[in-house]
Amino acid sequence: MVKDIKTNEFDSLVINSSKPVLVDFWASWCGPCKMLSPAVDAVSEQMSGQADFYKVNVDEEPMLAQQFGIMSIPTLILFKGGEVANQSVGVISEADIKAFVEQAL
Amino acid sequence: MKDLVIAGSGPAGLSAAVYASNAMLDFVVIEKFPMSGGQMLNTYDINNYLGFESIDGFSLGQTFRKHAEKQGAEFINDEIVRLEKIDGGYRIVCNKAEFEAKAVIYALGANPRKLGVKGEKELAGRGVSYCATCDGNFFRGKKTAVIGGGDVALEDALYLANICEEVYLIHRRDEFRAARYLVDKAEKNDKIKILRSTQAEEILGENKVQGLKLTNGADLDVDGVFIAVGVEANTGLVTDLCELENGFVKADESGTTSAEGFFAAGDVRTKRLRQISTAVSDGANAVHSVEEFLYR
Repeated sequence: MVKDIKTNEFDSLVINSSKPVLVDFWASWCGPCKMLSPAVDAVSEQMSGQADFYKVNVDEEPMLAQQFGIMSIPTLILFKGGEVANQSVGVISEADIKAFVEQAL
Repeated sequence: MKDLVIAGSGPAGLSAAVYASNAMLDFVVIEKFPMSGGQMLNTYDINNYLGFESIDGFSLGQTFRKHAEKQGAEFINDEIVRLEKIDGGYRIVCNKAEFEAKAVIYALGANPRKLGVKGEKELAGRGVSYCATCDGNFFRGKKTAVIGGGDVALEDALYLANICEEVYLIHRRDEFRAARYLVDKAEKNDKIKILRSTQAEEILGENKVQGLKLTNGADLDVDGVFIAVGVEANTGLVTDLCELENGFVKADESGTTSAEGFFAAGDVRTKRLRQISTAVSDGANAVHSVEEFLYR
């Protein structure tokens, strides 16, 4: 299961990571987020070691959501070298998530 | 070769799974996401499905799924990439595996239709949304617009009225297609401003939505635009397999399509009313048709 992270962990776990990092912005009220979440979990297992995967609950961490201009969830943001490499809004399939992360490898 | 593959796990696919279990067919349900429900996952309050006075779409989806699982349905979590006619049935090619079945119930449902105005694509996820229950909270205390005239548009406007300062409901016609009680509630809601016979021309903004330009020349000062102008069926896999009509799989109530042994159920097929109840009905009908086909 992909771990939920807090604002104060974000720099050390995401920005300063040497690997590509996929962050799934979600909330408990969002049905499509619940669809996407197990697919992100599955990809994180398939790609463990190659990339890191985290979730951010936009209710609990509104500052992070604001910082990255999240206005629609689920949103996946791919970070590479501390920068936003790509962004995907809405539910996508497991295969598409994998391809999305692989572009940063 | 299996008797049946059910493609999709919205209300049509899950209902078909229950009936297929009862019919003791050898079948699997293939679903893209291990979370059933389809479009109803976006609905925060369902009050017109018999037996549930008020329930959110996610919970109802889970209830349906548990029922199908208990009945013995087997779920495959995979994405179908190709459907082929083979001797005596169909081959269903997925990302991770392949299946062969004598019959298929195609119940892949539909997705929100795009409005097709300037700014829509550029500002998607930046204030343009197709899911009010997902994104409404990002517009707390702000002004938003909902475009559309069906049940979903009215439900979205009512939902947003709880969160936003003001909600414009923009409909290109004078009459609403939505259920009467929803229109009545919207008309009585002080926060909802209904603009009839009005069309959007362009969604304005750089990096995020800053306004909505109407064809009558007026500009609305809004931060969010919620689009609810109907659905587009997921027919990409079957364009060469069976006959389509206006983008939907052409099929009557029995689910029978132009392809032998290939049945359509739910929002993906041509029909007048797209509701959970009619999707559930389609699932039952389609299994009945599959049985007739298999044992003819």
